[in-house]
Amino acid sequence: MATILALVLVLIVIGSVSFHLLSPWWLTPIASNWGYIDNTVILTFWITGFGYIAIILFMAFCVFRFRHREGRRAAYQPENNRLEWSLAIGTTVAVAALLGPGLFVWYQFVTVPKGADEIEVVGQQWQWSFRLPGRDGLLGTSDSRYISSDNPLGLNPNDPNGQDDLVIVADDLHLPLGKPVKVLLRSIDVIHDFYVPEFRAKMDLMPGLVTYFWFTPTRAGTFEVLCAAFCGVGHPEMRGSVVVENESAYQAWLQKQQTFAQLSARAKKVNLRQ
Amino acid sequence: MVDIGTVEVIPTAEVEDVELYHPKSWVTKYVFCQDAKVIAIQYSITAISIGLVALVLSWFIRLQLAFPGTFSFITPSNYYQFITMHGMIMVIYLLTALFLGGFGNYLIPLMVGARDMVFPYVNMLSYWVYLLAVLVLVASFFAPGGPTGAGWTLYPPQAILEGTPGQDWGIILMLASLILFIIGFTMGGLNYVVTVLQGRTRGMTMMRLPLTVWGIFTATILALLAFPALFVASIMMLLDRVLGTSFFMPAIVQAGEHLKYGGGSPILFQHLFWFFGHPEVYIVALPAFGIVSDLISTHARKNIFGYRMMVWALVAIAVLSFIVWGHHMYISGMNPPFGFFFATSTLIIAIPTAIKVYNWVLTLWRGDIHLTVPMLFALGFIVTFVNGGITGLFLGNVIVDVPLSATMFVVAHFHMVMGIAPILVVFGGIYHWYPKITGRMWNERLGQFHFWVTFLGAYLIYFPMHYLGFIGVPRRYYELGERAFVPPSAATLNVFITAAALIVGAAQMVFFFNLIWSLFKGKRAGGNPWRATSLEWQTPQTPPGHGNWGKELPIVYRWAYDYSVPGAEQDFLPQNQPPAKRMPVAAPS
Repeated sequence: MATILALVLVLIVIGSVSFHLLSPWWLTPIASNWGYIDNTVILTFWITGFGYIAIILFMAFCVFRFRHREGRRAAYQPENNRLEWSLAIGTTVAVAALLGPGLFVWYQFVTVPKGADEIEVVGQQWQWSFRLPGRDGLLGTSDSRYISSDNPLGLNPNDPNGQDDLVIVADDLHLPLGKPVKVLLRSIDVIHDFYVPEFRAKMDLMPGLVTYFWFTPTRAGTFEVLCAAFCGVGHPEMRGSVVVENESAYQAWLQKQQTFAQLSARAKKVNLRQ
Repeated sequence: MVDIGTVEVIPTAEVEDVELYHPKSWVTKYVFCQDAKVIAIQYSITAISIGLVALVLSWFIRLQLAFPGTFSFITPSNYYQFITMHGMIMVIYLLTALFLGGFGNYLIPLMVGARDMVFPYVNMLSYWVYLLAVLVLVASFFAPGGPTGAGWTLYPPQAILEGTPGQDWGIILMLASLILFIIGFTMGGLNYVVTVLQGRTRGMTMMRLPLTVWGIFTATILALLAFPALFVASIMMLLDRVLGTSFFMPAIVQAGEHLKYGGGSPILFQHLFWFFGHPEVYIVALPAFGIVSDLISTHARKNIFGYRMMVWALVAIAVLSFIVWGHHMYISGMNPPFGFFFATSTLIIAIPTAIKVYNWVLTLWRGDIHLTVPMLFALGFIVTFVNGGITGLFLGNVIVDVPLSATMFVVAHFHMVMGIAPILVVFGGIYHWYPKITGRMWNERLGQFHFWVTFLGAYLIYFPMHYLGFIGVPRRYYELGERAFVPPSAATLNVFITAAALIVGAAQMVFFFNLIWSLFKGKRAGGNPWRATSLEWQTPQTPPGHGNWGKELPIVYRWAYDYSVPGAEQDFLPQNQPPAKRMPVAAPS
């Protein structure tokens, strides 16, 4: 039994490492500036992987070498201060090696670069909507009191900054390549989470708050948006798309979007006709 | 080297034996019983029974993930109800109840040398309130609309709104059941703490307690401090749901309708929930740490390495566990600078935890390792716990958490570290103490079979699952559907995981068969089949009688780890064996 168990432990180590190296399942090809995040993931793998392999192999050795045989007697050693403290200090160093780079990248994650374009993501069961600041570069204020069928995102009709905001309800979001964006997130019902695996960054949409994160799209293409916070039975159906494209294509798309003022004017006309 | 094995006896104050309550009828002996050992069995049977429900639910979950849309009884609503109930049952009603109510009740009085818990009547009430909590939980399966499907974290606003299954009755019964559970637990928990502090026999200093008692003791203190946060959160959410208050409910427009809520904070619920929820992880883990220490020491015939460090590591983990809850909320939108604090506190907790792991494996070093079934489970625990612990270093380090949170990586992580690892210890503990509880041995072959299938199967379920998370597969998806970023091979992996899960689940039947069969047909175990040192193995009767000890309480002369002491005749010295120099001359045999 001791031989079998020792062998199985060694095989677990070999199997786990080979699975890691050979399996086709790994992070999706990155499409944002957050390569640093991938690096911290890989650094964590190296450091913790070393610890894992060392501990399991040590166990395998002990199980085999110190297996019970007739007449065998264990050693008696209650403590070994030096050994215990050196292991503690070694672990502290390893933890610092994980934490240092981690906090460094977190600092960048929470520090939005000056000049990042603000956009807004609005979640509701079970669709994504978006708002872009329009010509003035400013998003108008909003409040859920203003939400109605004519004003699905609840923009403040009296805020001049909001009149030129582009409102995109349940459609794709387009973003220009290579420009940092600060994503403001707002939910009008329950908690959602704006998640594009290729961007690495994600953040909850917390009703009652406006949350944010930032990133720079670095690869053109169409990327799927998922909801990563359970939001009721339609949770997996809450799909969306982000299209990252060059500046000219982006400008062409912008021209086709409706401003809040246009939408409310049209709504008024429709209402009058009725 | 400090020789802590032979520290002089420091007798505790002489306390007069309190008259025990003696059962007068069958009902007071087996049903409304005040004997902690019977209460322990009642707790364990109830917890394991409801745990079997959770096991079946996990099969349904896995069937859906491997073969989406194949089974007509798994609708999206059902699926979310299954994952919610599976999680809630496993964490609270199985693991917490089994470790504290089951192992705690059985082992604390015996291991500290007491006749019973200090408040036997309250201890009895604790079980009956727990049973009521379980029944209310079960009732929610039969309520209109079924049990809640809000996810085991019960996050508002969705937990109490339309669009979430069980929003009618399920959530109300869930919250009521939690409130009852906490009331019941508090009655038991106060007992465990006071018994450890006040009920120890003469000579049993705190630093001579077996680590099992230390683990259960610290976990109980954690639970007494953490559960109140869940208690108030449950009451507040119940008020939001029933009376329309807005503790956790901001202004909400759902499906075009302005709801009558406003001004509350859903993130406040998350803070309260995780202020309970993170210590809860350690409420489950610390008893497992303690038990596994004793299993390894006993079956390696060697003292636990670094006992004092082990005790202080337990205490350090317990204290730190109260300041790390924010790591469950890195992407909740709480103030981002909190990430610096919570990542630091979370990674610091890895240090005492790692020390415990080192000391377990160092206990094996130069041991005399008997690979009994309890020992196999203890060693299996180390593998799964180390694996789950290091993935915790991914998720605790705030920036690494960002891409991985809410994916299958998280599911794999917490199942490995607080599902599989503690459950392996539960099995190890049951195999270890079963001979004392029943007086019989179980079948060794069946036990080994149970170990190999459970340990290897569980590893095969959860190790590959992490990689689904790396791809970015989100958790809590009824159906992933076609996703451009997910390779089709991931579906194959899901089928593999499900196959492993079905096999591991089915193998548990072998365990139950073994337990029940051995109860009648097992070999007589004798009083101390493992030749162990701690007091529960030194009882005059096996199974221990009412009052545990004969006329006299045992007197403790040494720590619980005097294995293979140089010069001693046997390779173990029971805690109540007087030091050699004072030993009366043995009668010639």
